Amino acid sequence: MIKFSDKQLAIPKLMRPVYLVTAGQSKFDRAFPDKRTEELCVDALVQAAEMINMSPAELKSYIHTCYYGHFADHFGDQLLGEALIHDRLGLDPLGNCGVKTGGATGGTTLWEGVKAVASGYSNCVLCMGWERMDEVPTDEGNFYISCAADKDWEGPMGHIYTGYYAVMAQKYWQVFGKQEDSFRKTMAEIAVKHHGYARMNPYAHAPMKITVDDVLKSPVVAFPLRALDCCVMSVGAACGILCDEETAMKLSKNSPHKPLRIWVTAGSHTLRAADRRDMEIPLLPNETKDQYKDLGKKFPGGERYPGFTGFLAARMAAYYAYNQVGIKDPTEDLDVIELHDAFTISDIQTYEDIGVRPYGYGRDYVESGDCYHTNPKTGKPGKLPSNLSGGLIGCMHSVGATGIMQVFEIACHLWNRWAEVHGDEKRWKAFGRQKPSDWTDLQVKGAKRALAISHAGVGSHVTCTILQNPDHLIKKDA
Amino acid sequence: MSMSGQVSVKDNKYKIKGDFHHLELGQPIRNADDDWHLLGITNPRTMIHMHSYGGEAVFFESLSQGKLMAARCDNGKCENKGSIYQPFRTICPDCLVKMTPFDMTDLAKKTAKIHTFMVCERSGAFNLLDKPIKFINIEFDGVCTILFSYLAVGEPKMGMRVVPIFQKKDPTYTILDLAWVPEGTKADQLPRGFSF
Repeated sequence: MIKFSDKQLAIPKLMRPVYLVTAGQSKFDRAFPDKRTEELCVDALVQAAEMINMSPAELKSYIHTCYYGHFADHFGDQLLGEALIHDRLGLDPLGNCGVKTGGATGGTTLWEGVKAVASGYSNCVLCMGWERMDEVPTDEGNFYISCAADKDWEGPMGHIYTGYYAVMAQKYWQVFGKQEDSFRKTMAEIAVKHHGYARMNPYAHAPMKITVDDVLKSPVVAFPLRALDCCVMSVGAACGILCDEETAMKLSKNSPHKPLRIWVTAGSHTLRAADRRDMEIPLLPNETKDQYKDLGKKFPGGERYPGFTGFLAARMAAYYAYNQVGIKDPTEDLDVIELHDAFTISDIQTYEDIGVRPYGYGRDYVESGDCYHTNPKTGKPGKLPSNLSGGLIGCMHSVGATGIMQVFEIACHLWNRWAEVHGDEKRWKAFGRQKPSDWTDLQVKGAKRALAISHAGVGSHVTCTILQNPDHLIKKDA
Repeated sequence: MSMSGQVSVKDNKYKIKGDFHHLELGQPIRNADDDWHLLGITNPRTMIHMHSYGGEAVFFESLSQGKLMAARCDNGKCENKGSIYQPFRTICPDCLVKMTPFDMTDLAKKTAKIHTFMVCERSGAFNLLDKPIKFINIEFDGVCTILFSYLAVGEPKMGMRVVPIFQKKDPTYTILDLAWVPEGTKADQLPRGFSF
């Protein structure tokens, strides 16, 4: 049993408020044989400027420091790609720094940017993330991804990261899912939901109109995970501009939206799931110690925490974030969320890690219908809709950009600009994509607060980003 | 005739001989939809890396001798003194003091059971295992971590008792020299090169 000290559990405090002023992203796709990565990053920054009715040159004149999230150098066969992109963006001689934390790279890039502004080092920071995963075939790509596992103890075993993750999925499936057909169907519903929402998103890589049956009949990758349970491997870029209050107001003078307050927290856990030791469950504000005392009785095999069923890093990131901004109950206090649905089962697991449902009961949230934009059971708005972008399964997983894409998406809801950004005929056309005849406005009406979880591998790094409309802060001094 | 790169260590320095890379020209990538205009270039590359197991070398060497080594924290000042780690690691993660290696082969034979598993139909490039790969995580009595490995015979099930087998003949000196089989498996059922 391992324990944490009070010092380690101290709640973070920003030295001054930090604002997300604007954000942008490129089209996401499996491959861009006709574009350099730098061009995709330019696309993202140009959109960020357009979102606030500013020229790219004017926006750049405010930027003081740059953080660049890019995980897998070996895919692009290029070290210091950050410097190339920095040059192509015309941002020399500003200080810049590369950030790498696997699948959480995008979130961690924002984490670094927030700290640079909060500390007073910079008044305006560019956080840009991208990934180039199309320059090797799939088998070689799987090998490269497996390099994110321990190269001596895990990598030689198949060089297939999905397999290293899937032992956790199997444990969850058997212990909390009880191997029930109904649980397997719930997982499939997540894939249907996320591929379906991606149809409304012109940026999305994998829009699909599919059924639960299609998911259940798709090829097995690692049982119970099938092909349609898995995220896509994408190419693309996303960025956000973070500022102090004074700069945020200046940059927003012609903007149709107001800047949002932003906080980012982070947690970690062992790179190898094998190294996880037993511990007490760190509690979120809406949980009590007693509620987990009989978890092993209710779910035999679920005694160990986090064992192979939960993500401690996600739990810790949520613990810091909720206590920092004053969230008591995420379902009540938040309006829209984006989770790291690398697999359908991770969506369910994360509902538990972030306290939307207690451990063991994540599936209930999907089955309640409240994770949808419109609850299919009641016809009313979902209580806390998730992954309206399509998530990693439907929209993209361009690793270094993913956590920033999530924040772009939830910001669009808080800015009340989701329909404008996603419904624009010109954008669909520019991306060479057909806007569906049944295109639906997924704007979450009246959204004031949102969350995004950015997650690496089997949970080695996780960040939790909170956005709030500054007029609707839960805690004024957060 | 070229010789594949080989490495030894003398005076704490790498001594290399043979070829560590092979030359091959790239090929143009052209756009079939646009009059075969140039879009890019392939970059072929075959290169041999060197890698040190450091303090964990004893673990990988021992596999080829039929031994499963673990590590135990014996530091009297450590709050988790007595913790046993498998996967093997050299330093206690709590007190950062060097741990004591010990042979846990008998403990594994008596107490190993499957904590979770996964039958994986796919693999990445350079995979050496037969597919489907039966990944298993193994728990042991008194060990605080859960080893990741693979089942070489039979079908995995949670809670199944398993025993270790070792590739003592023609070892690879990698983690692949260790595999597991259901308790009661006969010697003649083991994969080539493996024994109990």
